[in-house]
Amino acid sequence: MPVHDHLAVRERGGVRPQPIFSDHGRVLRNDHVAGEYWHMELEVPNGMADAAPGQFYQMMCESRATSGPMPFLRRPMSIYHFDRQRRRLEFLYKITGLGTTALAQYRCGDLLGLVGPLGVGFRLQELWKHILIVARGVGLATLAPLAEAAHQHGIRSTVILSARSPDLLLSKDRFLKNGAAVSVIVDTDRSSDVENVERLIRGFHAAYPFDAFFTCGSNRLLKLLKTLSRELNVSGQVAIEQQMACGLGMCFCCVRPIERGGRIEQLRVCHDGPVFALEEVNSW
Amino acid sequence: MVNMAVKIGSLTLQNPIMPGSGCCSDEIDRVYDVTQLGAFVPKSIEIVPREGNPVPRVAETPQGLLNSIGLPTYGLPYFLQHQLPVYLRFGIPIVVSVSAGTAEEFASICRQVSLPGVAGIEINISCPNKEEGGRAFAMGADSTLRVVKAIREATSKPIWAKLTPNTGDIAEVAVAAEAGGADALVVANTFLGMAIDTETFRPKLGNITGGLSGPAIKPIVVRMVYQCAQAVRIPIIASGGIMNAADVVEYMAAGASAAQVGTANFLDPAVMPKILSDLRKFCQDRGFGNVTELIGRTLRLEPATTLVA
Ligand SMILES: Cc1cc2nc3c(=O)[nH]c(=O)nc-3n(C[C@H](O)[C@H](O)[C@H](O)COP(=O)(O)OP(=O)(O)OC[C@H]3O[C@@H](n4cnc5c(N)ncnc54)[C@H](O)[C@@H]3O)c2cc1C
Ligand SMILES: Cc1cc2nc3c(=O)[nH]c(=O)nc-3n(C[C@H](O)[C@H](O)[C@H](O)COP(=O)(O)O)c2cc1C
Repeated sequence: MPVHDHLAVRERGGVRPQPIFSDHGRVLRNDHVAGEYWHMELEVPNGMADAAPGQFYQMMCESRATSGPMPFLRRPMSIYHFDRQRRRLEFLYKITGLGTTALAQYRCGDLLGLVGPLGVGFRLQELWKHILIVARGVGLATLAPLAEAAHQHGIRSTVILSARSPDLLLSKDRFLKNGAAVSVIVDTDRSSDVENVERLIRGFHAAYPFDAFFTCGSNRLLKLLKTLSRELNVSGQVAIEQQMACGLGMCFCCVRPIERGGRIEQLRVCHDGPVFALEEVNSW
Repeated sequence: MVNMAVKIGSLTLQNPIMPGSGCCSDEIDRVYDVTQLGAFVPKSIEIVPREGNPVPRVAETPQGLLNSIGLPTYGLPYFLQHQLPVYLRFGIPIVVSVSAGTAEEFASICRQVSLPGVAGIEINISCPNKEEGGRAFAMGADSTLRVVKAIREATSKPIWAKLTPNTGDIAEVAVAAEAGGADALVVANTFLGMAIDTETFRPKLGNITGGLSGPAIKPIVVRMVYQCAQAVRIPIIASGGIMNAADVVEYMAAGASAAQVGTANFLDPAVMPKILSDLRKFCQDRGFGNVTELIGRTLRLEPATTLVA
């Protein structure tokens, strides 16, 4: 039984699909963290933060503060943290272009248009005892709530955080707070080399076998985990990205080839994902 | 109280607001109660499954969106078995949008979707992503007449012919569609366009060209609705850059009886109920007891004959 059967809210005997909200959140903080990375916290309307790890929101990036061009479409961002009771949502984002530049202009008290929660998140199983989380770059934003959920369900996480340099290792403390054993690897001392990551994973698995692998943020790491998953017979999940328009599954623009039921289908990342089984996704 | 109902031929809609084909799916039911809409038009389907075009399938332009989705479809049998029942459960008129490569195929698919519960058929004779170079039936009056006639013989359901703006004289095509037996016109589909990444010199769309939609196209489509409304007697459903109730009022004044909202759903999936309530409020504030009073208001104005010195 999946712990997070978030796609359906059970109600009155029937199954009602999870509602999608289109509303505004109030920015509580929007701080520069390191490098190109920023961290935003919002207070959102009731019910909007009722999300699952791996799900995402579509953000309207049209800050009042920017006089420059504004993107026409919304931008998808994974949930970095959510708190249903306190109606809080957090995002960790990297400035890459027009939309994220505008996003960084939001100030405390500003209203930001949000649509969500969207997509299919990570699934945890009751019987699991130990999972591996391998995150690179902003991929760790996507995986942070997973470690939190695992912790709440008494599942131990071993986390490998990968970054270009030590100052860009952003959420180590968050993972530690959730009882995870964290290893950090960086490009600057070559500890992030695939051979080293493979050695680490094999070592962890020999000491305390994994029930599942989770990853996001790197094609190299996806490839490695796919191989190890097959060889060690450990199932896995990966969160992937694709340029999006609607984010709800209506426009069919964010497709990727996914191997399902013996054939390759062009599935919508926003609707059928962003989380897919490791064996379904081909590295690119 | 404003009466929001409009008539599209033999079909009465509780209000003039509906999604443009390809811009809304049953997922929207997770955002709001879809039963408030005037009608629902699902994404165009074809007889055999298609994968659609290579990514990237969309590119942003100032106040607009270029798309080359390429009509991915699970095919007719899948649609009839799995998707249509979901739409029919909405309880509002479902107008099935169909596409095909030949007049015979069009007639065949229209015959097959002429099922109980289906309120009408929208024929997408205007998709710019289907054939090489973006050719479509509705680019010419002759090909339009031929295909609409063939479809008219195949079904007794109301036919909405969706025209393309990629033609020199849209009024001429509108007349041909009416002569062929269409019950209404949808004016219009997207404009064939292109965008290039100046870093790489590559086209921004995987399919090189695509259809332009959004506010950027609205003034041109308003002109087209105005021209078509003067040329035909059948009702016109406007489609092009509608973002808010004021845009709907503008189109209705130009002669449209109803409005399809497309790209705006991507920016705010809750936009249609908002447009609907703002439109009702507009009528109320202006003292219109029926939303139909808006239809063709600009058409009926005396031409301004004197220039103010
Ligand atoms: C489900 C999902 C979750 C995401 N979560 C996060 C997150 O938590 N933190 C974060 O920093 N980023 C995340 N992203 C990526 C983020 O959406 C893009 O970086 C952002 O859209 C870029 O917008 P921009 O306007 O700043 O850049 P643009 O100028 O639009 O683009 C910069 C570059 O990014 C590419 N790009 C644009 N949109 C996307 C997209 N949706 N996905 C992938 N590439 C894109 C463009 O092709 C271009 O090469 C996520 C993407 C998806 C699909
Ligand atoms: C992503 C996308 C997909 C579309 N798919 C279809 C389609 O399947 N069939 C169709 O007749 N029109 C399709 N259209 C056209 C719209 O229904 C609409 O006519 C057009 O976009 C203009 O309206 P808008 O500016 O409000 O979007 C599509 C448009 C977009 C942007």
